[in-house]
Amino acid sequence: MNLNLKIWRQKDATSKGQMVDYPLKGVEEDMSFLEMLDVLNEQLINKGEEPIEFDHDCREGICGTCSMQINGRPHGPDRLVTVCQLHMRSFADGDTIVIEPFRATAFPVIKDLIVDRGAFDRIQQAGGFISVNTSGNTLDANAIPIGKDIADTAFNAATCIGCGACVAACKNASAMLFTSAKVSQFALLPQGQVEAPERVQNMVRQMDLEGFGNCTNTGACEVECPKGISLENIARMNREYLSATVKG
Amino acid sequence: MSGLIKSSIVRKVVMALSGLFLVFFLAQHFTINITSVIDPETFNTWSHFMGYNPLVQYVLQPVLIAGVVIHFVMGFVLEIQNNKARGVKYVKYKGGANAPWISRNMIISGAVILAFIGLHMYDFWVHEMAYKYIEGHPEDPTRYHAETVHKFEPIWRTIIYIVSFALLALHLLHGFASSFQTMGVNNKYTPAIKTFTKAFAIVIPLGFAFIAIYHHLNPITH
Repeated sequence: MNLNLKIWRQKDATSKGQMVDYPLKGVEEDMSFLEMLDVLNEQLINKGEEPIEFDHDCREGICGTCSMQINGRPHGPDRLVTVCQLHMRSFADGDTIVIEPFRATAFPVIKDLIVDRGAFDRIQQAGGFISVNTSGNTLDANAIPIGKDIADTAFNAATCIGCGACVAACKNASAMLFTSAKVSQFALLPQGQVEAPERVQNMVRQMDLEGFGNCTNTGACEVECPKGISLENIARMNREYLSATVKG
Repeated sequence: MSGLIKSSIVRKVVMALSGLFLVFFLAQHFTINITSVIDPETFNTWSHFMGYNPLVQYVLQPVLIAGVVIHFVMGFVLEIQNNKARGVKYVKYKGGANAPWISRNMIISGAVILAFIGLHMYDFWVHEMAYKYIEGHPEDPTRYHAETVHKFEPIWRTIIYIVSFALLALHLLHGFASSFQTMGVNNKYTPAIKTFTKAFAIVIPLGFAFIAIYHHLNPITH
C-alpha cells in the first residue's frame, strides 16, 4: 500500500518543531507500524537525511516505550495495543497518517516523536514501592493467603506499563489513571497496606507537582489504555487519598 | 491546609460536593415550580414561604449562593490548570473516539448555565430584593404566580430558558454520575447511579422547559 505520512519533526527540546510530509510506497499490510517507520528511516538514511527518532524497545507490547499519537489517538486506532502491536492492515491504501509525539507539559519533547516521561518515574519514586527487609529474612510473599479476586484486581492494576497513553488521550493531560494503578497494586495487598496512607499522599503530591491536569472523568484514558486499566483504580485512589487526608 | 487546597483530588471533591448540593437544590426548585402549573395557590404559598422564612432567607440562601460561586470559580480554576497541562496542542486530536462530547465540554455547558443564572437572578431575585427592601412593598402572598407567568410572555425569554435547560441536561448527564466517581464510588451501585443520572438529567430540565412553555402559551390576560 502507498501512504502519505505527516510526521512531527523537532531537532531538539528547545527547537520549534513542524509537521513534515513523507510519501511512502510499497508498505506491506503485515508490517507492524514500527517496521513501517523502519522502512521510512532506511530510505531517509539512504538519501542522507536525518532519520525520524522514535522510542522502541521490546516490540511485544510490554515495555511501554513506543508511545506516539497516530491519527489523533495514542497508539493508533486499535484498542488494547501499543504501537509495536499495531499493524498496517489497520490502514488502507492511500491513507494519510498523522504521527505526533504525546503532548503534555509534563512530557516535554526531546526529539521528533520522543518525549521525556521522567515525570512517571518521579511519581513512582515518591511512593510506588514497599519497604521490606531484604537481608534474607523476608517472608515469602506467596506464604500470605490472599483472596483470588483481590489478587486478580491488584495484578490487573500492576499490568500498567507506564506508556503514558492515559495522559496523551486525556483532554486535560491528567495522569490519574497511571498514578491510581500504581497506588492500587499496593493498596490492595497486605504487604502494601502498611504504607498505604503515606504512599497515596506522596504520589498524588508528586503527580500534581509535575504539572499534569485534573481528572474530569471523561473515561478517555480507560478506552485508550493498551492494558485496559480500569477507572475503578481512580475511584480507589480517591478513596485512599481522602481517607488518608481525613485520618491525618 | 494550603497543600490540601492545591491537591487536584481535593479540588475535584469540592467540585463534586458543590455540584451534588446544586443537584439537590435543582430538585427542590423543580418541586416548587411545577406547582405553578398544577395549582397556583400552592405555588403562591410555597413561594411566599421561601421569600419570607428567615431560615431560608438568611441561612439557606447565602449557602446556596456560596455553593454556586464555589462550583463555578473552582470549575474555571481547574479549566485554566487543565489547559496549561497541555501547552502544545495536537495537530490532530480525536477526542470523540474515546469520550463523549458532553464530558469533554463541561466548561461550555457550565458557562452557558452561568450566563443563564445571571439572567434568572435578574428576572426574579433582583426583582424580589427591590420589591421587598428598596420599594418596601408590604407582604402579598398572592402575587407570585402572576409574576412568574408574566415573565414568560416574551418568546425570547422562553427560548433562552429552554436552550439553557438543554445545556443543563447535558451538564447533568456527565456531572451527576461523575461526582460519585470523584468521591471514590465506583462499585456495584455505579450502574444504578448512571441510570438515575440519565433519568434525572432528562426529567428535571425537561420539566423546567415544560413549565416555561406552559406559561408562555397560557398568559394571564386580565
